[in-house]
Amino acid sequence: MALRRKDILTLEDMSVQEMQAILDNASSFKEILGRDIKKVPTLRGKSILTLFYEASTRTRTSFELAGKYLSADTVNIATTTSAIVKGETLKDTAWTVEAMGIDCIVMRHPIAGAPHFLARICQASIVNAGDGMHEHPTQGLLDMFSIAERKGRLKGLKVAIIGDIFHSRVARSNIWGLGKMGADVWLAGPSTLIPPEVERMGETFGSRGGRLRVTCRVEEAIEAADVVMVLRLQLERQKKGLFPSIREYARLFGVDRRRLALAKDDFILMHPGPMNRGVEIASNAADADYSVIIDQVTNGVAVRMAVLYLLLGGGGGEEAVADKGGEVR
Amino acid sequence: MKLIIKGGLVADPVTGKTELLDVVVEDGRVVRLDKPPTGADRTAMVIDATGQVVLPGLIDAHTHLREPGQEHKEDIASGTAAAALGGFTTVAAMANTDPVIDSRTEVEFVLKRAAETGLVNVLPVGAVTKGQKGEELAELGDMAEAGAVAFSDDGQAIANAELMRCALEYAKMFGRPIIDHCQDESLTNEGVMHQGYWSTILGLRGIPAAAEEVQVARDIILAGRTGGRLHLTHLSSAGSLDLLRWAKERGLPVTADVTPHHLSLTDEVVRRLDYDTGTKVNPPFRSQRDLEALRQAVGEGLIDLIATDHAPHHFDDKDVEYNYASFGIVGLETAVGLVVTNLVEPGILDWAGVARLMSLGPARLFGLKAKGRLEAGGDADLTIIDPKAEWTVDPAGFASKGRNTPFGGMVLRGRVTATIVRGRPVVLDGKLVEQ
Repeated sequence: MALRRKDILTLEDMSVQEMQAILDNASSFKEILGRDIKKVPTLRGKSILTLFYEASTRTRTSFELAGKYLSADTVNIATTTSAIVKGETLKDTAWTVEAMGIDCIVMRHPIAGAPHFLARICQASIVNAGDGMHEHPTQGLLDMFSIAERKGRLKGLKVAIIGDIFHSRVARSNIWGLGKMGADVWLAGPSTLIPPEVERMGETFGSRGGRLRVTCRVEEAIEAADVVMVLRLQLERQKKGLFPSIREYARLFGVDRRRLALAKDDFILMHPGPMNRGVEIASNAADADYSVIIDQVTNGVAVRMAVLYLLLGGGGGEEAVADKGGEVR
Repeated sequence: MKLIIKGGLVADPVTGKTELLDVVVEDGRVVRLDKPPTGADRTAMVIDATGQVVLPGLIDAHTHLREPGQEHKEDIASGTAAAALGGFTTVAAMANTDPVIDSRTEVEFVLKRAAETGLVNVLPVGAVTKGQKGEELAELGDMAEAGAVAFSDDGQAIANAELMRCALEYAKMFGRPIIDHCQDESLTNEGVMHQGYWSTILGLRGIPAAAEEVQVARDIILAGRTGGRLHLTHLSSAGSLDLLRWAKERGLPVTADVTPHHLSLTDEVVRRLDYDTGTKVNPPFRSQRDLEALRQAVGEGLIDLIATDHAPHHFDDKDVEYNYASFGIVGLETAVGLVVTNLVEPGILDWAGVARLMSLGPARLFGLKAKGRLEAGGDADLTIIDPKAEWTVDPAGFASKGRNTPFGGMVLRGRVTATIVRGRPVVLDGKLVEQ
């Protein structure tokens, strides 16, 4: 199936079928990444803009390469060297680039809902590459892909998400995605970094969905987990009084080998990056065999190829999917 | 000029009764209320109010007219036109203009402009502190003498408790209330919507109910200690209502209002309207439990008045990302429809109750003896409402310059058909009368 939608803004509003279609396509695209010549003509003639209002290494590069591997023309606006520093509004920036014929805008923005605003005023497809504390849907998808790649499934797995849930768009997208796909999601972190009423998200996973549990004890979340996902801690949160010190955070909530011993024997360890080694994650854990942190980066490109392809690929519905089979394989 | 309003159902907020009466008006005053039929009088203008409700003119205790200084958002002419269409015969103009209404000069300016361009009565509210900076008291005595009916730093909370204590103590000398927008800034913490499930889902920073409740509690204690009159504006949380009940049970000089919009929507609307900045308002739309508590408090008489917090903004102020958008909703032209649809139709309020909350209550807050009730000798400020009329909210058709509302496209019941200010019709058949 193709995606019958203009934009990808959240995993909250994405169906299980849509997510599955992206994951299936990502498998095919991952094969291209292993080739000597990593290019297919699928999106030739399409233009993609990456518009990042926040710093990013992996997401922006990953989208840009995904577009290039599919033969799309990709351009990038760095907000510090554009008219944005002259006070241009998001609306005017969007209309300006759209007037140049952009088909798709991949945007990261510090404010939740900014991509929704953009989607309302633009003809171009909008892909949310992270909006404030809200969602980061392609990160959720690449995490799901990375888990399914190792575990062969998502349903019934115990996934522990550890750290600053409150400020994390990665956590929210993973909660929706994994929960709807049937995984049991456990959230753990200091009580000041657990968002209010977050457990209610579990009520809407649907009949095939998993459960959502919340705890302040990291050990309880890691116990018998199939997957341990550690979130980045923004160190400046400490200044706002949300926790007393980096030292105490690392002691009480840091993920290290000792705590990971509680997980299942064949568990995998994930982190969306960039890591604070020695704070939320210990180096000897991040670099161990069970870590798939580098795989996540590779899979990010494959998943973003799938997203761009399904969103922009010819607009031929079912046929478009079939065509691609021929080109890729 | 003589005017007779015939055949309407007249609601009396004092007795709580509603009866068919003809209202006879002469030279800006109500002359008498007659059992119909009133004898023919060829010299009088007659308004047929058959099937309609006649209320003492509605008074909005909380309006932002934006003049001087922010005329791109609203001015006294456009704001009072919106008020007239919304059935308000009097509005209290909030002080957070540019410059702030914090001395006699600005109070006199507002009164002068209102006399020149206003369609309804305008009562200036003076700032509590100079420049609304929360540092030094403004000249409350001088402003009271010039015509300020109350004092408020609305838009800003008065963070300093000692300053608030002084304000209550000092304003007492002039018999004027302090209207406080209760919000502890350290708890608000850059929030943009109610803190709860929906802020969690939407990833927007939350404003906890405690941000309001903490300051409501502080203010109530200070009002009790000083005996100064405290009016808590736009209460939004169930917890604040418990504190208000506590204060009233002890007979403290505390009154409160809620807005029609907080009586109509919950925080879920931010999600339903997909981050539409028309939903961004301070205090924010709160939870279902809070909404139900507010409606119940209105029904049982705990709340003294309904005020709109009409906060017009320019299109550009709202056509941006959610966090960058200004807080505020225009309220004058939707107030009656929301009150009828959400309170009268479900049986929470009767028409005498509407008159009590939207007319008598605010008149008492400001000590207006000749307004807020319908009786011989009183000011002929009248509002006539068709209680059954259905209409669709169309922001493009507002007389206000502000179109910032989450109610666009909503079908409401209850429409203002006529507004009469000091015996002069300014709205007839739901339209502004050519002046």
